[in-house]
Amino acid sequence: MPDVLSAPLVVEFPFTRSLGPVQSAFLTGLRERSVLGVRTADGRVLVPPAEYDPVTAEEIRELVEVGTAGTVTAWAWNPQPRPCQPLDRAFAWVLVRLDGADTALLHALDAPGGAQSVRTGMRVRIRWALEREGAITDIACFEPDDDGPTTHEARPHSGEFADPVTGITAPARLDYTYFPGRAQSRYITALAGRKTIGERCPSCRKVYVPPRGACPTCGVATDEQVEVGPRGTVTTFCVVNIKAKNVDIEVPYVYVHIALDGADLALHGRIGGIPYDQVRMGMRVEPVWTEGGRHPDHYRPTGEPDADYDSYRELL
Amino acid sequence: MRDVAVVAFAQSRHTRTSEETSEVEMLMPVLHDALGQVGLTTSEIDFTCSGSCDYLAGRAFSFTMALDGVGAWPPISESHVETDGAWALYEAWVKILTGEAETALVYSYGKSSPGELRDVLSRQLDPYYVAPLWPDSVSLAALQAQALIDAGHTDERRLAGIAARSRGSAQDNPHAQLASSPPTAELLTADYVVQPLRRHDCPPVGDGAAAVVLAAGDTARRLCPHPAWIRGMDHRTEPHGLGVRDLTDSPSTRLAAERAGAFDAPVDTAELHAPFTSQEVVLRKALRLGDEVDVNPSGGALAANPVMAAGLIRIGEAAACIHRGASRRALAHATSGPCLQQNLVAVLEGDR
Repeated sequence: MPDVLSAPLVVEFPFTRSLGPVQSAFLTGLRERSVLGVRTADGRVLVPPAEYDPVTAEEIRELVEVGTAGTVTAWAWNPQPRPCQPLDRAFAWVLVRLDGADTALLHALDAPGGAQSVRTGMRVRIRWALEREGAITDIACFEPDDDGPTTHEARPHSGEFADPVTGITAPARLDYTYFPGRAQSRYITALAGRKTIGERCPSCRKVYVPPRGACPTCGVATDEQVEVGPRGTVTTFCVVNIKAKNVDIEVPYVYVHIALDGADLALHGRIGGIPYDQVRMGMRVEPVWTEGGRHPDHYRPTGEPDADYDSYRELL
Repeated sequence: MRDVAVVAFAQSRHTRTSEETSEVEMLMPVLHDALGQVGLTTSEIDFTCSGSCDYLAGRAFSFTMALDGVGAWPPISESHVETDGAWALYEAWVKILTGEAETALVYSYGKSSPGELRDVLSRQLDPYYVAPLWPDSVSLAALQAQALIDAGHTDERRLAGIAARSRGSAQDNPHAQLASSPPTAELLTADYVVQPLRRHDCPPVGDGAAAVVLAAGDTARRLCPHPAWIRGMDHRTEPHGLGVRDLTDSPSTRLAAERAGAFDAPVDTAELHAPFTSQEVVLRKALRLGDEVDVNPSGGALAANPVMAAGLIRIGEAAACIHRGASRRALAHATSGPCLQQNLVAVLEGDR
C-alpha cells in the first residue's frame, strides 16, 4: 500500500452572468451611488430588488429609490474574516433595512467600536467604494450613522441610467487538497516507475485501467493489482484540428483509445511518431516517456502487424 | 396510495478526513451494508437515486464515479439530485408510488475535507447580490441565531444546552464524529466563531455516506420484520432573499409538515436536521414539538454532519428507531441551503 497521495487543486471560474431589467437598474444605480428597490404587488418595497414577486411570482418592474441609510435588523460579529469577505478586519455581518424599504440587504458593517457597539435597531449608512462598476461590492460596507433616524420615503425612479450595466463577472475560486483514493494512488505511484497497474474485479475478472476502486458492472471493490501493457491496441481514434488553450501540442494530432495488453477497458492517449492520416484502428502502439514525466507523454507505433478487429471489438 | 417503507439503513463512521479513500471507496461499504441487510443485490433494485455535490471535494461529475459502486453497467434506472440525499429519497418514493418500481436504493455522500466548507457553501448563494460578499455558512447561521436571541426565543446558554444534550445522546451512536461534550457552563467560556455562535453551536465538518433501501407493500414486509412505513413526505422552500425572510421562523417546514401529515397524530421521536444549535429552536417551534418528543436520539447533525448525507441520515435514523421498536411514529426532517432555506419532512410509522 503506497502512501496516501495528495495534490493541491484549484477550481476557478469567472462566471459571466447577464442581468434582468430590475437587477441591471439596481446594480447600475449602485455605480451611481443610488439604491433602487422594486415594489411588489402588495405594495412592499424589496431591497435588494427581485425580478419576480416572492409571493405571487408575478413580474415586477415598478422601481423606486430608497435611502442610503437604514436600520440593522440582524447582525453577527465576525472576528476573523475569511479571505474574500468585504473587510479584512473584524466586522459585523448585518441585514440592513434601508429607509423606505420593507426588506433587508445583507452586507458588512465596519464597526470600530467592536461587537459591543453593534445592536439590532442601530442606524447605519452606506460607505461607497471609491471605484464602482455596477456590483454589490460598490457598497464597500456600512458604517455607523450617528445622524439618527431619517424619514426617507421611497420615491419613484425610472431605473434609466446612461450606459447601464447588463452583466456581471463573478469570479469564483476554491482551493482544495485532492486525494485520489487507494486504487488511483496505487496506479499513480506505479506510473512513476513506468509501470501501468490495473485492478481486477474479483467477481467478473475484468481488469480496469486506470482503476477507480470499483467494478462498474458488479459494484464491488477491485482489489487485485495486475500489471498491464506496456503495449496496446488502438481501438478507436479521432483527429484533433483545434488547438486547445494552454496545451502546447501542434494540430492536427490524433487522440486515441488504447486497450493495453491485459486490460479490459481502453484508456485515452495521443499518438505521435506517425502522420495523423496513417493512424488506424487495430494499430499496435507503445508508450513514450519523457524525462521526469509521471505518465506517458504519448504513444507511438510498434511496427507490429495490426491486431484483428475481433481481438478488441469488445473494448470499443 | 401505495404503502412504501424504509427497509434498510446504513451509514459510514463519519470522520474529519478520509484521505485514503476516494468517494466511491468511502461509499461502497455503506451500499453493501444496506443491501446486505435485506439480502438484495443491485441487480434486484428497480431504481437507484443519489444525492451529492461536486463542489464539496472539487471533483467534477463525482456522482458518475460513485455510480461504479452500485454496478451501474449495463445501464440501470438511475437518477441524481445535486442536494441532500433526503431529496433523492423523495424522488425514489414518488417513483415507487407511481408504480414504476417495487424497490429503490437511495444513497448520498459528502467529502468536505478536501475543501474549505464554509467558503464552498457560499458559492450556492444568490450570485448577484450575496455570493460576491462570500458570506460563509457559519456567519449566516449566526445572523439567524442573533435574530432568535433578539426575539427572545433562546439565549446562548440554552443553545449550549442543545449542543451538550445532542453530543451526549451521540454517545450511543457508533457512527458519530463528535460524541461527548463538556458541561454547558464550560462551553460558554469558549471564544465565538461568529458571535453569537461558538464552536459547540456548529456542526463538525467531516466526510461520510449513507444509504437507504425503500420497498413497496408486501415486498417491504418480506424484506424487513418491522418496516418503517412512510406515511407522508413533502418539501418546501423559503424565498431566497435572506432579508425577505423572518429568520426566526420556518413557514416552509411547517407547511411541509402539514402536507406530510405530521400534525395528524403525535410523534414520539423526531430526527431534525439542524446543523446549528439555533436551528433546532426554529424547527421545534415550526414542528410544534413538545418536551415529550425524543429529539435527535442519534445526536443529530451536531454529532455528524456529512454534507449531502446528513438529511438522508435523519430519515434513516428515524426509520432505524422504528425497525428496532424504539419508536411507533417518528418525524424526520432534512434541510439544505443557508438558514434552513429548503426543508423536507417525512412521517414514518411502524405496523400498528
